[in-house]
Amino acid sequence: MLATGEATTDMEMVVFLIAGFFAIVGALGLVFSKNPVHAALSLVMSLFAVAVLFLNQDAQFLAAVQIIVYAGAIVVLFLFVIMLLGVDESEDLSIEPIAGQRPVALLIGAAVLVLSIIFVAVSVDGGATGAEAQVGEKVDSLTNSSQVSATELLTDDVPGEDDAQIDGREANPNIDQLGRTLFTDYVFAFEITALLLTIAVVGAVLLARRPKGELAPMPELPVLDEGSADEADESADDAAAADEGSAS
Amino acid sequence: MELTPTWYLILAAILFAIGAVGLLVRRNPLVMFMCVELMLNAVNLTFVTFGADLNDIGGEISVFFVLVVAAAEVVVGLAIIVAIMRRRSGATADDLAVLRG
Repeated sequence: MLATGEATTDMEMVVFLIAGFFAIVGALGLVFSKNPVHAALSLVMSLFAVAVLFLNQDAQFLAAVQIIVYAGAIVVLFLFVIMLLGVDESEDLSIEPIAGQRPVALLIGAAVLVLSIIFVAVSVDGGATGAEAQVGEKVDSLTNSSQVSATELLTDDVPGEDDAQIDGREANPNIDQLGRTLFTDYVFAFEITALLLTIAVVGAVLLARRPKGELAPMPELPVLDEGSADEADESADDAAAADEGSAS
Repeated sequence: MELTPTWYLILAAILFAIGAVGLLVRRNPLVMFMCVELMLNAVNLTFVTFGADLNDIGGEISVFFVLVVAAAEVVVGLAIIVAIMRRRSGATADDLAVLRG
């Protein structure tokens, strides 16, 4: 952030806490909501919160793109498909279709969380001195304000002469630098991206096209013979589905 | 308390884990897809954090490409889901076991 002082850091912390809270609430809402439409709206909340976190780290362009592409295009596409297919009825989450699926899933989730936090702790502690040195040597030849923010993150006191330099600089060095790098160093990857999008559009048209003639019905699932528990669950599932059908 | 990159990284880890649990638990293919998007977003947050911390614009460039790939992936994935649902409405991810050869 361009403003300086201890108050800025406090403000960043407040923004981080609020946005982080909404991001986690949105993520939990996505996982636990019965209705797919509610899940999609919870996802929008989480994506917006992450966009705020991008802003908090001086990635203005990405924050805008995040809202335009994710919230504006991808989630709307999800909602279109939900409405088109009419699958917006609620799903009964109390049924566990595969015995032991949820405990195993929670175990795997907890393992992912713990392992990545350990990794973060190790990598940040190990890399902090290197990053600090790197930032320190670049401070002399400041070319954009994101370097200032990196210094602010690492050190509490920002020298006053840097602030004077910021005012005379371009309006948005972040977008400037991003565009420059994208169209020089990464121009080949950028071109490949165009090819990827073309292939995706052609593939989507091919897949979603209604073929001529009658569709062959999808074969029924073979009955699982792995134990009576599975069959009991399946029959309960069917009964619940029938109930929902009659209710609506 | 000072806001260090570690805070962002831990938040990203939490979001990623929630997305992973949702992907494993939910049976509606659309919701599973949304959980994948959430995981991608958590990784994007990590990229931006490291980019800001290490003072490298490459982190933001990576996020840009992840966004494009996510858009392409959603387009194709939703087309597949539409094709499946057209043959059998209300299909869950478990029903795709019929693809087993």
